Amino acid sequence: MIPHSAPSREFTQSNPVKQSGILAGLHLDLPLLSGLILLCSFGLIVLYSASNQSMPQVERQLIRLGLAFTVMVIVAQIPPQQLRYWSPWLFSIGILMLIAVLIFGHIGKGAQRWLDLGFFRFQPSELMKLAVPMMIAWFLSEARLPPDWRRLLIASLLIIAPVLMIAKQPDLGTSLLVASAGIFVLFLSGVRWRLIGSFIALIAALAPALWYLMRDYQRQRVLTFLNPESDPLGAGYHIIQSKIAIGSGGMYGKGWLNGTQSHLDFLPESSTDFIFAVLAEEFGLAGILILLAIYLFIILRGLYIATQAHDTYGRLLGGALTLVVFVYLFVNTGMVTGLLPVVGVPLPLVSYGGTSLVTLMAGFGILMSIHTHRKLLPT
Amino acid sequence: MPESSIKDHIQESRTLTHRAIVSAFIVMILLITLVLRLIHLQITNHDHFTTLSHENRVKLVPLPPTRGLIYDRNGVILAQNLPTHSLEITPEQVKDIDKTLTGLAQIIHITKDDLKRFQRLRKQKRRFDSIPIKVHLSEKEVARFAVNRHLFPGVDIQARLRRNYPQGEATAHVVGYVARINQKELGIINTSNYAGTSHIGKTGLEKTYEGILHGKVGMQQVEVNALGRVIRVLENQPPVPGKDIYLHIDAKLQAIATQAFGNKNGAAVAIDPKTGGVLALISKPGFDPNLFVEGISSAAYNALQKSDNNPLFDRALRGQYPPGSTAKPFIGLAGLETDTITFKKKKFCPGFYQLPKHEHKYRDWKKYGHGLTDMKKSIEQSCDVYYYNLAHDMGINKMSKFLSQFGFGEKTMIDLTGELRGLLPSREWKKETRNTAWYPGETIIMGIGQGYFLTTPLQLANATATLASKGMHKTPQIVKRITSQSKDETAIQTKSAQIPIIKQKNWDDMIFAMAQVVQGMRGTARHIRTKKYQIAAKTGTAQVFTVKQDEEYDEETVSEKMRDHALFIAFAPIKNPQIAVAVVVEHGGHGGSVAAPIARTIMDHYLLNSSTNKSPEPQ
Repeated sequence: MIPHSAPSREFTQSNPVKQSGILAGLHLDLPLLSGLILLCSFGLIVLYSASNQSMPQVERQLIRLGLAFTVMVIVAQIPPQQLRYWSPWLFSIGILMLIAVLIFGHIGKGAQRWLDLGFFRFQPSELMKLAVPMMIAWFLSEARLPPDWRRLLIASLLIIAPVLMIAKQPDLGTSLLVASAGIFVLFLSGVRWRLIGSFIALIAALAPALWYLMRDYQRQRVLTFLNPESDPLGAGYHIIQSKIAIGSGGMYGKGWLNGTQSHLDFLPESSTDFIFAVLAEEFGLAGILILLAIYLFIILRGLYIATQAHDTYGRLLGGALTLVVFVYLFVNTGMVTGLLPVVGVPLPLVSYGGTSLVTLMAGFGILMSIHTHRKLLPT
Repeated sequence: MPESSIKDHIQESRTLTHRAIVSAFIVMILLITLVLRLIHLQITNHDHFTTLSHENRVKLVPLPPTRGLIYDRNGVILAQNLPTHSLEITPEQVKDIDKTLTGLAQIIHITKDDLKRFQRLRKQKRRFDSIPIKVHLSEKEVARFAVNRHLFPGVDIQARLRRNYPQGEATAHVVGYVARINQKELGIINTSNYAGTSHIGKTGLEKTYEGILHGKVGMQQVEVNALGRVIRVLENQPPVPGKDIYLHIDAKLQAIATQAFGNKNGAAVAIDPKTGGVLALISKPGFDPNLFVEGISSAAYNALQKSDNNPLFDRALRGQYPPGSTAKPFIGLAGLETDTITFKKKKFCPGFYQLPKHEHKYRDWKKYGHGLTDMKKSIEQSCDVYYYNLAHDMGINKMSKFLSQFGFGEKTMIDLTGELRGLLPSREWKKETRNTAWYPGETIIMGIGQGYFLTTPLQLANATATLASKGMHKTPQIVKRITSQSKDETAIQTKSAQIPIIKQKNWDDMIFAMAQVVQGMRGTARHIRTKKYQIAAKTGTAQVFTVKQDEEYDEETVSEKMRDHALFIAFAPIKNPQIAVAVVVEHGGHGGSVAAPIARTIMDHYLLNSSTNKSPEPQ
């Protein structure tokens, strides 16, 4: 193991312990926590409307949020060096579970994603959203940065293997998120721009090959994305109805609980993947801008935490986890507004549903840990 | 720690900070892209999507109006809307459809066809739509189901209105019928006003007064969800029911007259000369209009169409018959008014007439002639030779011009569609249509209402009414008044035009002569004489085929098809005419013996039995 690097002098000036006694004791970052609570509260308000004022559904989401925040607080207590130490193990366990899913996986929603552990069902692909960036951050921080071509190649393989396994389940959305998490670590590690350019060129060249690897329903989604009106009652229905919901919202929206598209069931998946359209319909562009401002604040705070991290591992991981949140946001909103094809990615912390919530909050827990454990490190 | 490590660390930290700033920059760019996209959707195209959203959720449900009713002059109903019941199932509310169906079959007779149609509709309709399993339930079936209703949740009886014509055959041609709107009519009607309406007037008054009877469609604006289920009513604009119409027609008279024809075919029209109101309009045989309402089977329709009796043909409006001797009073009047002859002037009738320098003999119906004949005798006994002479002396031009004032050769403009104009021949007409000259012989036979001369029974009745009122020519009118739901009434005014009279006495003389047809010792219709009121009349016989020069027409030997049409016109009472009648009995033989009793029956009923609604005595 390579010894921990010493913090540089410039970092010692900001001392999180001074912020507040309780929060610091819990290793929580107040600005980030405030942003998250604000976002979740806003999400619950929209969910109440999107679920047709179903209080039980809101309560269930509240319980999940409670659980997710608990996970965040617990993760925040774990020092980054501990996380760093666990990274290769966590990654290996994740890979083994993915193999298990491919072999024994239960059928859920037409795809093999779940692993039944007897007392609860577990989605290993969710674990990989954290394990892959942790692994890559650990692997790259073992040597000098920017990484040489050998490390880069190994890192690429470490990303591609789980991504392919997840894509095969098939779960396009999660594999996309896992891949982007890994790629962000590479990007933040300072991979040369020339290499990044070649990579983008390679992806563009491989796109046609990707077409042949896609399942029928995935191809259909791409086709529908390119021309939703070609199948207005079938695959294009989601996008058309979602655009109607957003467009009819206008500047200030139809008002809370007054969205006709969602309340009369024209909008599919209104409380999960398409909840953004409900918000756009009822609160208009004004509501959307508030939501995006909260996200932007969280993302910028996350990036700031990454830049302030005391070691390379923390910097790479913190930055990658933050940028993944943006990928969630952009893929979801891009899909709902018709900018991107329909890919099953929820609106982070707002969409109804528990699995991604816990993973996301665990990620924020890691960020808080990175930010609040610096002082305790030996200098 | 080695110095290089710290250096590396600072270097790495800088790289990451740099990359983080680049990331933040890219995040900003993508967020701006997203916001631009949202502005495009929410601001630029807001109106477009608002419209789409509105169209999504708001549906218009038409509320068809109730069709107006048709009453006769005494308030007897001729066309009504009867409820018809159908048994309907809402699949969503039924737990076990098969069990429900077997249960229903035990109390109501359900055929295999019913089941087949139900299963077919079930696939097409939505789960919450109610689907008919059996239509036209009898009252017994309705009652049986009502008792057992609690056993069948999700099954209910739905009532609709169906047009019904209680008078059936007797008023079929006047009232007409409604039937399903066909493709051709869809092109003509205002489809928005017929949204939700399945039937439209096809013939008779139902067609002529369609616009008044139909009413105005109502609209319900409802909010629906994505499945099409109605969530709530946003706006309700109730339909305006069609207006009711009251006729001049007397339903009882109509029935009695129809009956009087027995098994003979023909037509009868009775008009109130004071108003032009049509009291009866009969075309025998009739048909059952109710067959058409729910869609007549093609077999039944073919049978009606191909029948030799041609029951669908409205003889009163479209039957064109030579008027025969019933034209004589009008031609006689023409002679008087044109000073061609005087009422007292006598002509000799040897039983035939010959044009100067012509061989051809125009025969009288009486083989050895009537001897010396004046106008009174010519009408009373229907002397043909007298009118051959008169026609020849008057000439076609004067005759045609005078007759046209009675409406011959023109549509009467009655408020029913489909009437034919008959034919009043003239020199110009023959030149135009046949491109030949008018021959003197054609003038001669026109004198007795033969040749090209054709009239409809309606024209004949209307001309008789004009004569009865001494030249007051009225447009015949079936509908008397129109009543809306709010009880405001519109009385229909009949149009009239006075024929310019030169000598009042001419009309009195002709009416006196017509009275002799019934009153006179040798009157051709003397057997319908009654002491209760005085009748003025004229009998007529219209040739169906021409007897050769040296043959004699013998009613007994001629087959039914070739027998002459019997005609009769009359009005009564003479001093204050209240009814004018024209009767045509196809192949009836002589007018006096067959057609006159029918006219008498009509007048008897109207003048003696029906006490109400007659036009008032003149002050």
